[in-house]
Amino acid sequence: MSGIEPDEDFGRDDEERRRAALAGDLTSGLATTAPLLSVRDVRKAYGRQVVLADVSLDVARGDVVCLIGSSGSGKSTLLRCLNLLEPIDDGVIVFDGREISDPLVDARRVRRRIGMVFQAYNLFPHLTVLQNCTLAPRHVHGLRRREARDRARDLLDRFGLAEHAGSYPDRLSGGQQQRAALVRALCAQPDVLLLDEITAALDPERVGDVLDVVRELAAAGTTMVLATHEMAFAREIATTVHFLDAGRILESGPPERLLVAPREERTRAFLSRVVGG
Amino acid sequence: MTSAQPVAATSPDAPWRPSERERQRRRVRRRQRLRSLAIASLATVLVLGGLVLGLVNSPGWPAVRALFLDAGFARDALPGIREHFWLNVRLFLVAEAGILVLGLLVALIRVSRSPLLAPVRLLAVVYTDVFRGIPTLLLVLLLGFGLPALQLQGVTTSRTVWACVALILSYGAYVAEVFRSGIESVHPSQVASAAALGLSRAQTLRLVVVPQAVRRVIPPLLNDFVSLQKDTALVSVLGVVEAVSFAQDYGNFNFNYTAYVVVAGFFIALTVPTARLTDWLAARARRREQPGQR
Repeated sequence: MSGIEPDEDFGRDDEERRRAALAGDLTSGLATTAPLLSVRDVRKAYGRQVVLADVSLDVARGDVVCLIGSSGSGKSTLLRCLNLLEPIDDGVIVFDGREISDPLVDARRVRRRIGMVFQAYNLFPHLTVLQNCTLAPRHVHGLRRREARDRARDLLDRFGLAEHAGSYPDRLSGGQQQRAALVRALCAQPDVLLLDEITAALDPERVGDVLDVVRELAAAGTTMVLATHEMAFAREIATTVHFLDAGRILESGPPERLLVAPREERTRAFLSRVVGG
Repeated sequence: MTSAQPVAATSPDAPWRPSERERQRRRVRRRQRLRSLAIASLATVLVLGGLVLGLVNSPGWPAVRALFLDAGFARDALPGIREHFWLNVRLFLVAEAGILVLGLLVALIRVSRSPLLAPVRLLAVVYTDVFRGIPTLLLVLLLGFGLPALQLQGVTTSRTVWACVALILSYGAYVAEVFRSGIESVHPSQVASAAALGLSRAQTLRLVVVPQAVRRVIPPLLNDFVSLQKDTALVSVLGVVEAVSFAQDYGNFNFNYTAYVVVAGFFIALTVPTARLTDWLAARARRREQPGQR
């Protein structure tokens, strides 16, 4: 029954948790070696339509995990399951040594530590870029207005958005909006970043701007899970690539293997279609 | 750390059976649901019970009960109230149809761009400004007594009809603004994509914008209609006997006000189904148009 005990780690403040981690006081002795995020046999169905079946994968700290596959293969659903936006129908998701698929876990506690960026940006249109970026730090993480602003301005500056801090999202180009959405997610200083086809809605010229940001984050050791159609980019930054087909992970491996010499016929077929070779 | 253990994987073709962990989670969720239900029930009983107790134990309760909640008077007044309430219902139904037409028309005129319609647009603005500003009661009095006094050829002198017109004019101004805000809330990209398909501006409004706007304004529209249902009682100031004035007469004649409570019951019986219907319509639209969103 230990698995369904309320999870005290997600009942604690971030600050407390960090201090505990520094003091080596983590209840799970495996914390340093165990994966940050571990997915086991996850199943998700809408009615009779099975969207995810027996999906298992691990994400270690510093990993950049890429999910590839055609639309409808379950990439987005998997990402939404990871930060509990979608309840799963079976299987287990473990984050930082705690089972977060437990109904007794407070989903908000989990989401505070997981950032997400959506394909359609999903910035709040009634707030300026800066206000978008300081919303969660101020109201969820309890930062003072000034601290939240300083943090947001630093990040906006770093990603070339300093001059747009006071603009409303709809005044910006798609690429700028998506970078702002990335900064908004980063302002919460998440342990892992989930990116759901963040360049799919952008024109090719702007894709580069956004990918540059992700590249820089990857170089800085940010843990990320991303669903993407950018194969060249996946090959460049991924530590592991998973190919999803009809809700199952058909093939996994390092990008230089999976994207170059896939073992499965269906992976080969998919790659030749998207690369257009 | 039993939780981190992999759950036994099923073979791809075997029919899915929930794992032990999933069954465990379902038990927990069921317990959570039961607990919520218990808390909700307890809170409801406590709050409602407290209110009823407070009411029943107030010093004047026996007198109030005799004056307002007398079963004998209720039975006695019921047929008369039912008969006169029919007038409220008819007034409401006729006025509602008129208001919807007038409101939508005025809203469409206000969002129109045609230069030819400029004078009508001006009239529409003046209409909404003036008729929203006049208290409905005053409008009923002005039209109900004023227009029959004009003795116009071929125009009815029925006060009930003019009261109904007054309600339509008063509420039409509100509803026009509700429709207009709905129309303006439809995103410009919708207009652009309709224009790109070659639709005229009128077609765009009729086929793309207004259907979306109407769905959005159903809740505020309902608000106005519930309010209208109650304001049908205003015709009584013209000497027309409807359910409320009937109850008033009945109460004054018998020195008992139970009839008021009965009339209140009638009005509630009219509004509650309307509210449930709009809730259901809104929920259905959400289900159909936004898959995966909760």
